[in-house]
Amino acid sequence: MSGNEKQDTAEQSTFRAYCKDWLEKNHPGEPPVNLPLGALELSDIDALEWLQAWQKSAYEAGLIGCDYPKEYGGGALDDCQHIANQEMQRYKTPYLPNIIGMGMAAPTILFHGQEDIKKELLPKLLSGEEIWCQGFSEPGAGSDLANQQTTAVRDGDNWIINGHKIWTSLAHFAKWMILLCRTDKADKYNGLSYFVVPIKEAIGKGVTVKPLIKMTGETGFNEVIFDNLLVNDKYRLDEVGAGWKVAMTTLVHERGAGLVVTPASGGMEPKEDQGAQTQSVRALIDLAKKMPRNGKTAADDPLIRDELIKMMIRYEGFIQNQRRSRITELTDHPMRIPLQTKLVGTEMAQDLQKISYDIEGPASSLYVGDKNAPAKGQWPLAYMNSFGVTIAAGTNEVQRNILGERVLGLPKSK
Amino acid sequence: MEKQPKNFGFGEEEAMVKSSARKFFSDNCPIEKIHSQVANQEKNSSPGNGNWDRRLWEKMVEMGWPSLNVAESSGGVGMPLCAAVAIAEEAGRAAVPSPLIPTFCSSFVLNQCPGQAAEEALNQITQGTAVSLGITNSKGSSDPSQTETEIKGNKLYGATYYVQDAQKAEKIIVSAKGSSGTGLYLLDTQSKGVQIIPDLIVDLTRDQAHIIFDGAPCIELAKQTDGAAALSAALPAMLTIVSADMVGAGEWLLQTTAEYAKTRVQFDHPIGFFQAIKHPLVNVMIEIDKAKSLTYNAACSIDFKEDSAEVNARMAKAQASEMAVFSASRAVQFHGGIGFTWECFVHIFFKRQMHNQVLYGDAKHHRRILSDLCIGQIN
Repeated sequence: MSGNEKQDTAEQSTFRAYCKDWLEKNHPGEPPVNLPLGALELSDIDALEWLQAWQKSAYEAGLIGCDYPKEYGGGALDDCQHIANQEMQRYKTPYLPNIIGMGMAAPTILFHGQEDIKKELLPKLLSGEEIWCQGFSEPGAGSDLANQQTTAVRDGDNWIINGHKIWTSLAHFAKWMILLCRTDKADKYNGLSYFVVPIKEAIGKGVTVKPLIKMTGETGFNEVIFDNLLVNDKYRLDEVGAGWKVAMTTLVHERGAGLVVTPASGGMEPKEDQGAQTQSVRALIDLAKKMPRNGKTAADDPLIRDELIKMMIRYEGFIQNQRRSRITELTDHPMRIPLQTKLVGTEMAQDLQKISYDIEGPASSLYVGDKNAPAKGQWPLAYMNSFGVTIAAGTNEVQRNILGERVLGLPKSK
Repeated sequence: MEKQPKNFGFGEEEAMVKSSARKFFSDNCPIEKIHSQVANQEKNSSPGNGNWDRRLWEKMVEMGWPSLNVAESSGGVGMPLCAAVAIAEEAGRAAVPSPLIPTFCSSFVLNQCPGQAAEEALNQITQGTAVSLGITNSKGSSDPSQTETEIKGNKLYGATYYVQDAQKAEKIIVSAKGSSGTGLYLLDTQSKGVQIIPDLIVDLTRDQAHIIFDGAPCIELAKQTDGAAALSAALPAMLTIVSADMVGAGEWLLQTTAEYAKTRVQFDHPIGFFQAIKHPLVNVMIEIDKAKSLTYNAACSIDFKEDSAEVNARMAKAQASEMAVFSASRAVQFHGGIGFTWECFVHIFFKRQMHNQVLYGDAKHHRRILSDLCIGQIN
């Protein structure tokens, strides 16, 4: 902690003191409603509105969007967002609801949008008043993202959009969508264009949002169908045909490797029945100490103990990797560890949650809502949900391709 | 964690040591040279003996490497363990035959022995004396109470096993049992009453022996009441240095196999195009990175005398050992038929990895102890 502060510039140091002072007085306290583990799981409007109020107050205080220019609603500071993020984390604040907006749409608009679009959209995006979603994936365009079939056809000042987007988190709350679609069928990569689309006002008028039910039985994401939706040309980002290049700006920020630091709060301890106890090795050891097995506990079973310790070593290795990735002399390739983070982190969590089945034994059959379920059924729920993240944001198979090609220099797989 | 510096204590000087070690080994020990040095016989018929370059060791001594982690007050360089780890990593990457690793390990044991005798032994290391450890019994246990060597009237009797690079070492530190416990003793390998019997081992880049003592003269380093504690205090650093060797060797195996996968063509593509090769190679990289990070973390927590040092070192050795086996097996497999031959360089590293992974406890051994330390004893 003190290491961070020592490296602060004068501006950062002043700003950090300001953040601490503000958070001391303005922490929103305990939420009045149950929050899901992350913003992408939001399904309850009361939870959303409480989080939006938190985002707005942090925005108005200057903790969110502080590195963005003044004219776009930002704080015009120099490299201060990570300071605010660190302090919000330290004060254990709730997470921000508009994460697709801030993490993906905002930097893309900043780098590729027209001046008046930036002025129109960025302030309410950063304040969280307008929620954003992402229209990239399609039934036929998952790992092969450039295989976009949703079309935009020019019609005077407008574009006519037709197609089918899928896995669209937050679309049921979103006012805006970042949309990748095809403007030229003859050219896979140069035939794509990128739009920002006001979807909420068009629901029933060219836009249909249908919830998808996850394998867990929970809602969370959606399908979005476009049927002759008219979108004004002013909402196009960058040139016609430049969509793939624009999408790369989005994806590089999604993976946390972009030029703009995404505003992020968090750190608030989730309530006991919200799945918090499914995210750490310590929680799994506690579970093992409670679950009976052969007259003792699962924590006394040598085979289970070995699984637990293997997991502990993986977690510690992951943490120490993050530490080492910042030391140039101890990393052979600058992207070698950063590009592993999503892959290694999500598989580790998935395997952690899988071990709960060995520990719970027959009781792992009991699901959320069953009064006899260990840990209120959160472990099997977490295990199933873990596949969301090993698949999303580029499946882990695609991540292995990227690592093999960019870091090991292996020939590109098709 | 709070006490540790974010950079593992790996500052400018440590980085310089690492890059000069990388350059030294790549200049002096290209794999072609190592291969002809250790694998020139048609088959592995004789135990390792003269298959190393003594002048190379002398150069390492000139640069102060064997006494890198020895205090300046004892004539050493006084650098943190992470610097020694960096050298061991580069030595592993080069698969260099030398008494460097056992001498490092011996210096860690001597660092735990108070008194003039240990001080003098450390000083001899700074002068270039190669030292190894005789702390393992015929059953492979390094538990000090299980030693099969006895001390009687200042002389050693019995035997010690699995002594690393015994034929390169001039001195051996032996754990021996007396009436009040297990002490540590230093002896000359050339002394009367010392019989070194080389083992026929798989690894071509080192030698190993068991040693029979029949009234061998020795010097006491740690009293019978203190020997066990000195060994257990030195163990985390020993595990860390062996882990570093495996990390370096793992990286050589990864990069060499990736290079091969770019050039070997089958079905009209370099084989690295196929995900059957590409994805497991990425998995090897992931395991190496965890092992490397855990190893530097262990070194740093030892340097900062943290309570977590033992846990961290056992985690590093467990992860590095698993990685060693994995990196070695994938390298042979992905080299295909040529990878199975004596002329291919891969087996040199395969054998070094398989040797290192069992040295001072394999992955399962350390995970079993970690489970007691981190979960609690079995009820």
